Amino acid sequence: MSVSLPTFSGYGLGLRREHYRDFLETDVPVDFVEVISENFMVDGGQPLDILRRVRERHPVALHGVSMSIGSADGLKPAYLRRLRTLVDRIDPLFVSDHLSWSRFAHFNSHDLLPLPYTEETLVVVCRNIQAAQEAIGRPMLFENPSSYVTFSASTMTEWEFLNEMTRRTGCGLLLDINNIFVSAQNHGWDADAYLRGIPSERVRQIHLAGHAKGEDMLIDTHDQPVGMDVWALYAKAASMLGPVATMIERDDAIPPLSDLLDELNIARQLRQRNYPLQEAA
Amino acid sequence: MMLADMQRDFQQWLVNADDGAPLQRQLASSLGLAAYQNNYRSQLVSVLRASYPQLLSRMGDEAFLSAAVHHIDHHPPSSWTLDDYGMDFRQTLRVMYPHNPDLEELAWIEWALSESFVAPDATGIAIHELGDVDWDHARLRLTPSFRQQLITTNVVDVWSALQEQDEPVEAEMLDAQAGVIVWRRAFSSLLRKADPIEHLALLSLLYDGSFNAMCDVVVEHLGETDGVSRAGSLLADWINSGIVVAVDVGD
Repeated sequence: MSVSLPTFSGYGLGLRREHYRDFLETDVPVDFVEVISENFMVDGGQPLDILRRVRERHPVALHGVSMSIGSADGLKPAYLRRLRTLVDRIDPLFVSDHLSWSRFAHFNSHDLLPLPYTEETLVVVCRNIQAAQEAIGRPMLFENPSSYVTFSASTMTEWEFLNEMTRRTGCGLLLDINNIFVSAQNHGWDADAYLRGIPSERVRQIHLAGHAKGEDMLIDTHDQPVGMDVWALYAKAASMLGPVATMIERDDAIPPLSDLLDELNIARQLRQRNYPLQEAA
Repeated sequence: MMLADMQRDFQQWLVNADDGAPLQRQLASSLGLAAYQNNYRSQLVSVLRASYPQLLSRMGDEAFLSAAVHHIDHHPPSSWTLDDYGMDFRQTLRVMYPHNPDLEELAWIEWALSESFVAPDATGIAIHELGDVDWDHARLRLTPSFRQQLITTNVVDVWSALQEQDEPVEAEMLDAQAGVIVWRRAFSSLLRKADPIEHLALLSLLYDGSFNAMCDVVVEHLGETDGVSRAGSLLADWINSGIVVAVDVGD
């Protein structure tokens, strides 16, 4: 399909159940919200009504967790049909998912599992991306994963893979700064080289999130504020990118909305280069 | 390495939780591999806890976790959505607690309420909108959120006490099986008991839809006069409560 990636510049939050009332009854100062697609790929009821009402107030980005773009046996048509129905319902700002796999045959792990970065994987992923973009009738964004293992078979870096993936399919990138930091720490990658290596002109959205220290690894938990190291990496990335939709992604231990808006303000000011980073911890 | 082989090996390691030797051989660094096993299992436990809050409260943390672990070991997830994972949890409870049917029936209630919550929307009808209906050929359409089940225990009372945070109700066997129905009106999922006649009448509608056939079922149990009267009052109640959402006329 012919792919043209729209651009959007603004600051947003993930819409979580704890804040539904705020978003429905008050003027929350965000430029967009992001929702987990699967939570709204339902037949009816209150979730869809809430999304419809939020959509009347804000642009909405759809962020999926179950497409399983790296599945060797392809995508599930029934999943794509449900996603298309949701896309048609709300006309989203962006539709995104992850560079990972979750499902193989009849098993679905519901986790974002890692991929080896090989030519074979590239062929599979690109074939699946093209099928997904055809099915929903628009280009998608794919998010760089956080990972805890690497594969002997990999023949390219993650950022080289992302370059080739976007070139072959015309898809865009959802750049998760926390995931870059977590994976770089876990695997000894150079996060600056990662940032320099990605196709920055394909980035349309940024995720900022918190992580936790595991026994041997950093774990991408999304249950705490964005860390100082991630803010520092974001400051570097922000200077390299064009218009993007930047957001705080919090999935667990959800704080009051005002805390997330404070974090979003840090992101806004860092991008405008007037924020003293040492106060952001 | 073939991608499909790696994914099969990864899947088997997640499900079996063994040493994962075939997978490990494909890894350049495996220090963080346990994080995936932990994520997989903790996420499934979390979704079961979220799907069955009253069952969790009834069983207690330890017993619920034991049932969840058994379920995860025997029922690997397959649906596109994590929200579906608890669908077969009743089977696990039946196996683990064969003498406590109240637990399985409590799970049915919670699952039916969840399904009903996101079932397709339906616009109800009002009795005064019906006009002249050819009742001999009328078919009653149930709301898509309608669910029904036969129960053997006082689980509805147990669930109600849990829901209202009242004094716990001891589980007891009923003298005879009874019906329980779940449906959604606007955005509220509703639950109530159905006496044997109403339950049979609803089953007739569920499988046939014919108003006449439903009346026959009721008449068979109550006789002509009382049966026709009861069928009429059931229909009025179902329309008023949003259980019947349309009356279609056809063959």
